[in-house]
Amino acid sequence: MVAQDVELELPHGVRHALIGPNGAGKTTLINLMTGMLAPDAGQILLGGEDITGLKPEARVRRGLARTFQINTLFPQLTALESVALAVLERDGHAHNWWRGLTRFGAEVDEAASILQSLNLQKGLHRLTRELAYGEQRLLEIALALATRPRVLLLDEPAAGVPRDESAELFSAIAGLSSSLTVLFIEHDMDVVFRFASRIHVMVGGRILVQGTPDDIARDPRVREVYLGRAHRVPA
Amino acid sequence: MANANIKPLEVVFWLCTLLPFVLTPNYLSLASQIAITALFALSLDLILGYAGIVSLGHAAFFGAGAYTAGLIAKHYWAEPLTGLLLAGISAGILGYALSHIIVRFRHLALIMLTLGLGLLVHEAANSASALTGGADGLQGFRVPAVLGFKFDLYGTTAYAYALLVLFLGFLVSRRIIHSPFGLALRGIRENATRMPAIGAPSRAHLRKVYTIAAVMAGIAGALLTHTTSTVSLETLSFGRSADVLVILILGGAGRLYGGIVGAIIYMVARDQFSGINPQYWYFWIGLLLVAVVMFLPNGILGGLAKFSRPRS
Amino acid sequence: MLASLAGVLFDGFAYGMLLFLLSVGLTVTLGMMNFVNLAHCSFAMVGGYATVTLMNRFGWPFLATLPMAFVAAALLSIFLERTLYRRLYRASDLDQCLLTIGIVFISVAAFAWFYTSEQQSALVPEYLRGSVQILGQGFATYRIFLIAVSLAITAVLVLLLERTRFGARVRAAVDNQRMARGLGIDVERTFMITFALGGGLAGLGGALAVQMVGLDPSFALAYLVYVLIVVAVGGLGSIGGSFVAAVVLGISDMAGKYYFPWLGAFLIYLVMVALLMWRPLGLFGKR
Repeated sequence: MVAQDVELELPHGVRHALIGPNGAGKTTLINLMTGMLAPDAGQILLGGEDITGLKPEARVRRGLARTFQINTLFPQLTALESVALAVLERDGHAHNWWRGLTRFGAEVDEAASILQSLNLQKGLHRLTRELAYGEQRLLEIALALATRPRVLLLDEPAAGVPRDESAELFSAIAGLSSSLTVLFIEHDMDVVFRFASRIHVMVGGRILVQGTPDDIARDPRVREVYLGRAHRVPA
Repeated sequence: MANANIKPLEVVFWLCTLLPFVLTPNYLSLASQIAITALFALSLDLILGYAGIVSLGHAAFFGAGAYTAGLIAKHYWAEPLTGLLLAGISAGILGYALSHIIVRFRHLALIMLTLGLGLLVHEAANSASALTGGADGLQGFRVPAVLGFKFDLYGTTAYAYALLVLFLGFLVSRRIIHSPFGLALRGIRENATRMPAIGAPSRAHLRKVYTIAAVMAGIAGALLTHTTSTVSLETLSFGRSADVLVILILGGAGRLYGGIVGAIIYMVARDQFSGINPQYWYFWIGLLLVAVVMFLPNGILGGLAKFSRPRS
Repeated sequence: MLASLAGVLFDGFAYGMLLFLLSVGLTVTLGMMNFVNLAHCSFAMVGGYATVTLMNRFGWPFLATLPMAFVAAALLSIFLERTLYRRLYRASDLDQCLLTIGIVFISVAAFAWFYTSEQQSALVPEYLRGSVQILGQGFATYRIFLIAVSLAITAVLVLLLERTRFGARVRAAVDNQRMARGLGIDVERTFMITFALGGGLAGLGGALAVQMVGLDPSFALAYLVYVLIVVAVGGLGSIGGSFVAAVVLGISDMAGKYYFPWLGAFLIYLVMVALLMWRPLGLFGKR
């Protein structure tokens, strides 16, 4: 049992953090929510609509997007092509095999502006595999944003990014629209307490506790879980 | 975005395809065979080079088109253009049907399935000898002319016919590649996992390209029937599937011209070496394959591109 | 009717055992390294030609040639692995297919050059010819021998896998390569030895096949399809799966040829396609 009896409610427009030790089932939870894994039991509701039986791409169309912990990008597409593809899929133009891409200037421009909002305009025409790692992590987010989500799930967005470079990444996340509900998995407690207004702690496949940062900081069970770890829960 | 403008080199290339009429009029039959194989390879490029489906059974559609055209010419009428159209449709129907199976699998299971389905179609045609003539193939019919131009002994009409259809097929492929659909196919090839996560209906896309590729392959098969006035089981064989795969890889998959370049080189070479025992031909092809994989993984066109691109 | 059923089952089982010997090496190496080695049946061919040469040219007794067939094929496997294959472990399925198909072509042409395209035959010793009568039904002695040898080898393989440290390493590497490496297992070396073992077994299978299905340079391609079917249907990395799949395939093939000759190979391909669609990872596969 990787994730059991999980009851998670993500109120609209709030920044949520999902924390917990490795192997707690956090990524599995995201996979369940996005439809990459099928649950044995239970329901997933998005804006009141039951999406439990929907395929992943259908959930994306209803506004649920995610990023991957390990870069899952298109190596030989440029950054612009990648994001443009997401925009075209969103608008239902990707089935069109007769008109050239040059006729879809609006979509391409939108892709460019998304990349610009994440400070990636320098890498627009470079192949994904030639981008720096930090830029690739930002491209992960750009791809998810291009689908115009209502709920955004970020799986360790700063994974592998050195401390000093992750600041830019998190300011980009902070700058995201406030009407967007964001859930991010993160291990760095400073980041969690700075950006999240609700924290959910997951241990051994179950939700241990969830609440405001203050609640979490004071909860003895959380201290216990993190005893001996490098991160200290700020008092 | 990849430049969709017509490059001068391309214009030169297509003008050069007219040269055989003038320079090598004795080889026009070979030239028409090359054009047919090029069209077949182009159809494989759509699913392999652009969508990433490794198929060891693509000849099923080539043969389906060939037999359809042959059966029409033998039992109904000898007008080739309608035969071409119907061949494309029948191959497309087969492709559409099989695509539902194909798109659900990846890696080894996919390779095996394409192989198995190709072998199945071949066996089915072999068994249905009342319809297909079995091991003897379809004979005893002739397609005398296309649009009033007689198929002559020198192969002039044949080459013009095949070349024109190849060019049209090329234009269609080009359109597809530079369209949003083409971008989606490349997305599937580059990272099939990411596609659903951006809301892409990958399977629907793959079914569509598989069907289009089947239609194109079927048309190529019909061209063979019209230009040779015979259909054999070989058009459905694993050998033909393997050959077209080798040709495409040789030229370079995913580069639009790879199939054409590969077809030219492969078939000219085979013609030149045809005096030699066929086994030894396979020795050199084997060696070539090993060399291409080890040293020229993107085929000849890939190697040329690397050579001419300035270091960034 | 019943007698002929028993005969078909027996022949099918023997054929299945042969297919198993030819396939077991491939399923393990595919499961372990995900390396698509389409040249696997070339190793079988090497074994077959080794036996034929040793017997016909040098007068060796049949049984003595069998270990040599194993060794010859195993050596070739190691050679290819060290020189070419190891560079392509991370390459795409397509590249691996193409490289190994290239090697198949080379091997087919090479053997055609040295041995001509004709069928080779090797006269097995007197005591392996003829048939044995059991309950009024004749069973070919050679096939009994083949089954016995195959079952013995299967037993040895199972013991090797389950009871030895080497076997444990092989199972770990097949199960989860990354973790096996993390546990300090030298995956590359384990793979090389397994590859040699698998190639050797294919060679042995090729040697044993001469009497039963003949040998000519097209062997490498003709049986490749069957071997691939066994491996894909049985499940990558699963010896038990290959065993079951080989037996099912062998019996289906014999039954098809006996009862529905007009179907030809259609039945086999149909069974394969259907089974793969039902279980894309094979009957017992995990990957």
